[in-house]
Amino acid sequence: MGLLETTEQESLRETARRFMRERMPLSHLRQLRDGRSSDGLSREVWRELAALGLAGITIPSRHGGMGLGWTELGVVLEECGRTLAPSPMMSTGVLGTTALILGGAPAQLREWLPLIASGEKLLSLAHDEGSRHAPYDVGTRASLGPDGYRLQGEKVLVLDGHIADAFIVVSRTSGSLGDREGLTLFLVPAQASGLHVTRTLLVDSRNAARVRLDDVLATPRDILGTLDRGAEVLDPLLDRARVALSAEMLGSLSEVFERTLAQLKTRRQFGAPIGSFQALKHRAARLHCEVTRTRAIVTEAQHALDEDRATVPLLASATKAKASDTFLHVANEAVQLHGGMGVTDACDIGLFLKRARVAAMTFGDGAFHRDRFARLRGY
Amino acid sequence: MRIAEPDGHLRQHLRHWLEENCPPAMRMPMAGEEDEVWGGTRAVFKHPDSRLWLERMASRGFTAPTWPVECGGAGLSPAQANILEEELRHLGCRPPLHSLGLWMLGPVLLRFGSEAQKRRHLPPIARGALRWCQGYSEPEAGSDLAGVRTRAVLDGDHYIVSGQKTWTSHAAVSDWMFCLVRTGAESARHEGLGFLLVDLSSPGVDIRPIRLISGESPFCETFFDDVRVPAENLVGQPGQGWKIAMSLLEHERAWISRLGDADFTREEPLAVLARRYLGDEPGPLRDAVQRDRMAQVDMDRLCNASAVRLAVESMEAGHALGPESSVLKLQAMELRQRWRELKVELAGFQGLGWEGPGFSAEELRITRDWLRSRAHSIEGGTSEIHLNIIAKRVLGLPD
Repeated sequence: MGLLETTEQESLRETARRFMRERMPLSHLRQLRDGRSSDGLSREVWRELAALGLAGITIPSRHGGMGLGWTELGVVLEECGRTLAPSPMMSTGVLGTTALILGGAPAQLREWLPLIASGEKLLSLAHDEGSRHAPYDVGTRASLGPDGYRLQGEKVLVLDGHIADAFIVVSRTSGSLGDREGLTLFLVPAQASGLHVTRTLLVDSRNAARVRLDDVLATPRDILGTLDRGAEVLDPLLDRARVALSAEMLGSLSEVFERTLAQLKTRRQFGAPIGSFQALKHRAARLHCEVTRTRAIVTEAQHALDEDRATVPLLASATKAKASDTFLHVANEAVQLHGGMGVTDACDIGLFLKRARVAAMTFGDGAFHRDRFARLRGY
Repeated sequence: MRIAEPDGHLRQHLRHWLEENCPPAMRMPMAGEEDEVWGGTRAVFKHPDSRLWLERMASRGFTAPTWPVECGGAGLSPAQANILEEELRHLGCRPPLHSLGLWMLGPVLLRFGSEAQKRRHLPPIARGALRWCQGYSEPEAGSDLAGVRTRAVLDGDHYIVSGQKTWTSHAAVSDWMFCLVRTGAESARHEGLGFLLVDLSSPGVDIRPIRLISGESPFCETFFDDVRVPAENLVGQPGQGWKIAMSLLEHERAWISRLGDADFTREEPLAVLARRYLGDEPGPLRDAVQRDRMAQVDMDRLCNASAVRLAVESMEAGHALGPESSVLKLQAMELRQRWRELKVELAGFQGLGWEGPGFSAEELRITRDWLRSRAHSIEGGTSEIHLNIIAKRVLGLPD
C-alpha cells in the first residue's frame, strides 16, 4: 500500500480541519485557560466532535465507531494539533479505546466502546510514576486478598485524569520495579473508594492529574489482558500512543512553521521583508527539511500500524523521537524568528512552545526513544 | 514488450521471468561501488553474470521500463513499472545498470528531444552500450550555472564548441556528455544557454582527472578546443538550455537521494562496527554519546527513506517532484556525511590509515569515504544553493 493520502483521507482531513477551526480554534484554549475552567475542556464541543464520528475513528463499527485505521486517526489528530485543541482525543480516543481493543473482554468492549464513540464517557491511562516516562518502572501494587485485588500507589501525568469516568491502572502483581513481567492492567471506575484525583496545571494549559490509589478494590473481572502479562497490552498500546501523539505534534509543528513563514513574508525591517535576508531564509529552509522528514516518518509509522508490520516498535520510537525533537526545534526557532513578539503571551507562538515541551516528555522524549531504538537495533 | 494484462497477472509473469533470468550471483547484495555496472564502451563487469543480467534485462526493455519500446524501454505504465521494481526487490536482484543516461538524460530527451534524438540516443542508453556524463560546472561557474562560458557558435550545420568544464564526474570513462553551452550573448545569462550532446571521442576534446583529498579522481576537467558538434545534437531550442537543465537537475537530485540510501544497506551496519572498535560485550554500548549519535543517524536514515518513498510514489502518481528534490538531495548528502564521520570516529586509530600495512582494506575505505563525503554538500549544487532553492521556490520567500 502506498503512503500517499487517499481521497477519503483528504475529505476526512477537510472535515476535521473545518471542525477544529470553527469549534476548537486556539482562542478556545485561551478561553479555557484564562477562565480557569475546572474541566479544562468543553464536553459540549467534545460531543459535537463525537457526533461527526471523530471520537470513535478506530472503534469497530459494531461498537458504534467508524472502524478506520491509524492513518485516518493520524489525519484527525494532525488537525487537532494545528489548533492545540483541548480534547480527550489522546486520553480516550487513543489510550482508552486502544487499551480496550487490545486487551478488553467482550463484555468490557460492549460496555465501553459505544459510550466512548458517542462522546459520553471518558477514559484515562494511569501509568507513569516517576519524573520521566519509564514503562516498566511500576511501583503501584495490586495484592490479591480474599475480596479481590487491593491497589496501592501513585500515578503522575494522568491525561484528563480529573474528568475521566474510569482509569486503566498499570499495576504490579509480581516481580519488582523495572521488570517487564508481572504487570497487570485494571479498569477502575473513577468513583471507586480510595481513589484520589488531583488536577495538575501544566505549562501547556492542557489537562493532567495525579492519581493516588489507597487500597482501591478491583476484581479479576476488571483486568484488561492477562494477569502478570499486562506488558503484552501495554507495549503495543504505548507504541500506538507514541505514533498518535507524533501525528498531533506534526500538526502543531506544521502550523507553527507556517505561521513563522507568514511572519517572514510580511514583517518588514530595514525596508525589506525579513524573509528576504539569507540568514533567515536558510533557517526557514532547514526547518522545512525537518518538517518534511518528520511528516515522512509519521506517515510511515501509521502505515506500519495499519499493515501490522514487525517494525512497529522501531518505527514508533524513531517517530516519537523525531516528532519531539522537531517540534521543540521548530517552536524555539519560531519564537526567535518572531522577535520580541514571540515572547509575549498575546502571540500564539508561545502556546506552541509550551505544548512542545509537554508533548515531547509524554510517552518518552527524544533521548528515551533513541535509547530504546538503539536497544531494538542491538546496540 | 506490450503489456495489456491485469496487474496480478503481470506480477506473476514478471516474478516468473525474473526467477528464470536473474542469475543467482545477481541476487546477492553488492559488496561496494566496484560491483556497480555503469555500461559504456569501457564498461567493467566484475562478475561475468553481471553482463548477462544486463543483457537479459535490456532485451526486455526492463532497464528503462517506462520508456517506449522503440526507445529501448518496455512501455510500462508507472504503476506497472512499480510492480517490476517490487518484484526485483522481492528477489533481491541487483540493479542491472547504473546510468546517468537512464536517470537524467533519458527523461529529459523524452520530454524535450526530437523524435530523431530519442530514437538515436535512447536505445544505446537502455542497453548500457554508451555511458553519459554531465557537463554543467565550469571553473568560474560552480554553483552559478547561469554563468556558463563554454561557447557554441553555429557554423553551417555544426556548432564549434570551445571552453572548459570542470567537476565532470567520470568523464574519463564516458562516451558522451550532455552539457550546458552558451549559444547566445554572455549578458543574456539564463536566456543564452543551449543543451548540447557531445561525443567525447570528437577531435579537440581533452579530459584530465582531478585528484581529491581522498586520493581518488572521480571528477575530471574537460577541455573543448574548437570541437565540431553537429547542430542536430542540440536538444530543444538554442535559448532553452536553462529550462532543460533545471528539469534534468530535479531528476538528478531525486536519484542522488535514492542512491544515498543504497549505501547504507550494502555496508556494514554501524552496530557491528561499533561493537568491533569499542570492544564492547553484547548489550548496550558503554559509550552513551556515540550510541546516541548512532541512533540519530540511524533514525534520520529511516526518515529520509520514507521521504524518498513518498516522493517517488508522488512522481509515480503523476506529480512533478519540482524543487522539493532539493530537500531530498540536501538531506541525503548531509546525512551521508554524518554517517561517514561517525564511522571514522567509531574506528578510532584504525580510521586514520592512508595505506597498508596496519590497516585492513575496509578500514582504508572508511578513511577515504569520509574524505570523499566532504564533497557531497558541494557537488550537485552546494547545500547553500539548495537552501536558497527551497526558500524561494518551495517556501515562496521573497528575494
